[in-house]
Amino acid sequence: MLRKFREKIGANSFLLLITIVLFIVMYIVGMIVFRNDNFGRLQVFLNLFISNAGLIVASVGMTMVLISGGIDISVGSVVAVTCMLLAWMMENKNIGAVPAIIIVLVLGIIYGLIQGLLIAYLKIQPFIVTLAGMFFCRGMTAVISSDMISIKNETFLELANAKIYLPFGGHVNKKGVMLYPYIYPSVIIALVVLVLIFFMLKYTKFGRSIYAVGGNEQSALLLGLNVRLTKLKVYVLNGFLATLAGFVFCLNTSGGFVEQAKGFEMEAIASSVIGGTLLTGGVGNVIGCLFGVLIKGTIETFITFKGTLSSWWTKIVIAALLCFFIILQSILASTKHKRRKASKI
Amino acid sequence: MKRVVGLLLVCLLGLFMWGCGKEAADQASKGTTDQKDDLIVVGYAQVGAESDWRTANTVSFQTTFVEENGYKLIFDDAQQKQENQIKAIRNFIQQEVDYIVLAPVVETGWETVLGEAKEAGIPVILSDRMIDVSDDSIYTAWVGGNFIKEGHDAVAWLDGYLKEQGRQDEQINIVTLQGTIGSSAQVGRTKGVEEKLPEHPNWVMLDRQTGEFTQSKGQEVMESFLKSYDDIDVVIAENDNMAFGAIDAIKAAGMDPGEDIIIIGYDAVKAAFEAMIAGDMNVSVECNPLHGPRVAEIIQKLEKGEKVEKIQYVDEGVFPAETAAELIDSRLY
Repeated sequence: MLRKFREKIGANSFLLLITIVLFIVMYIVGMIVFRNDNFGRLQVFLNLFISNAGLIVASVGMTMVLISGGIDISVGSVVAVTCMLLAWMMENKNIGAVPAIIIVLVLGIIYGLIQGLLIAYLKIQPFIVTLAGMFFCRGMTAVISSDMISIKNETFLELANAKIYLPFGGHVNKKGVMLYPYIYPSVIIALVVLVLIFFMLKYTKFGRSIYAVGGNEQSALLLGLNVRLTKLKVYVLNGFLATLAGFVFCLNTSGGFVEQAKGFEMEAIASSVIGGTLLTGGVGNVIGCLFGVLIKGTIETFITFKGTLSSWWTKIVIAALLCFFIILQSILASTKHKRRKASKI
Repeated sequence: MKRVVGLLLVCLLGLFMWGCGKEAADQASKGTTDQKDDLIVVGYAQVGAESDWRTANTVSFQTTFVEENGYKLIFDDAQQKQENQIKAIRNFIQQEVDYIVLAPVVETGWETVLGEAKEAGIPVILSDRMIDVSDDSIYTAWVGGNFIKEGHDAVAWLDGYLKEQGRQDEQINIVTLQGTIGSSAQVGRTKGVEEKLPEHPNWVMLDRQTGEFTQSKGQEVMESFLKSYDDIDVVIAENDNMAFGAIDAIKAAGMDPGEDIIIIGYDAVKAAFEAMIAGDMNVSVECNPLHGPRVAEIIQKLEKGEKVEKIQYVDEGVFPAETAAELIDSRLY
């Protein structure tokens, strides 16, 4: 029965479904286990988005790159250099918040363009190009300033601290304060990016050609798609999204320093894979990657709520989940392959 | 195939349920004691476990905030990442802890999340590092070491030691191995020494360079000092690890550390006591990591509705080599 169901909805949607079900099960278990600790509160759920808004944006970009058959391991460093640039421009150079944000986003596009040109037109391995990018950006972060810079720009802080209260679901806490659930503008940015990229991938010609290029470059070429241009565009868009992720990340931490966002790119890759994206390209979607991020966030919430577990368990659970999803993917892929063979005969 | 997938799913779910079931049981039993004892719940966001000092700092909290003393501690190790600490604080707010203790990874970027804590009416007590915010009211108190005073203490000890040796009128050449530039410990200790230098006109500060708080970098910098200057009398290392590096460099140059060159370190970690017993090091100025009891004191005052001082320094001592042998066993870190 399971098989029939899977065949009906397709292997990829099946993977997505597993991710979503896993998240819901985890969350319900959390609500039961931590019922005395207010885990069921709407704010706990919203905190998943608030704390991971930057990661959502970066993962969406990463998913797109992975679908195209590439990879970008420079995202964490790009986030760090973005935060540093924003802090440095606003605090040391007295540039206004809005121009500073525009400058970093434009730099992100240029950065993506360079990486894209190297990968698409010089045919250098994306891993190597983005590895260089990773070192470059981390190095630049330290060169701009080896000290921490705290952002005190009023416009920026206003944006960072602008709570958007929901009109329902409020509660009075132990200290007698009435609190309504809230989100920050960063969450809205993340969700808008998610929705836009979702529609872009599903309904535009560019989006479809990313899948085609990632699935099989040769056939995409034979179909008359401009493979190089598609790849270039993917990296340009990803460069933009990485700096946007940096900006969103910066809204949460409002400061720049060298060690920021280390390992961020790996979290983005892990979220994409848990969300059903194949590293070989051609398969994946951004809804899954959102749930990948949420699953990671839920595990972290478990561990803080518990209060006695080592926080390194997050990494171990993520490792187990990654293992599980990779095995599942390879099984699904091999049966698909067998079926195809069988139908040929 | 179907069976394999099924099996995997069942295994994963089983594992998950088992883990959670166990937790649920723990939680249930805890839940009942919570209500009975009316414990003060403290959420503690710690930096990580990067050094012996940090571990001693953590243990100090874990042994102070125990149920026997009327506390329940929720501990979070941020693995040196600020974003993890921000997440932990948000969760503490939802868990409705009574107090939040934060040992910040970095000085920047706390306005937003501490603002949320303030809005929820939860007092925040900082430990160890300071934060850089425009609005002081988002934290209740800060507990930590007085790095400038540590610098003063080092100078005072050196003055006494030189007098003891009858060298108070000689020209004394000093080099400093600085910590990571910009860290509170480096800034405070450098400043503390600098403030007291004019009182000793016969002391000459030959050079200052950063050894980034590491033993290997400390050794490297000391080697270059020894090449550039023939007559170094005193090395001030802004932490013990760099002092160990300097000791190695001096030995390699064929001199006797502790005798030919006076070695001053900071932190007073256990290994420094060992070096002092071996006669390689002369003094270590303490940087006390045992913040737990002081934070508990603050919380008790706040519980009674009393006012507390915003800046609170922990007590710190100076440990010269003569005292090392008898004190080493009492050192906790």
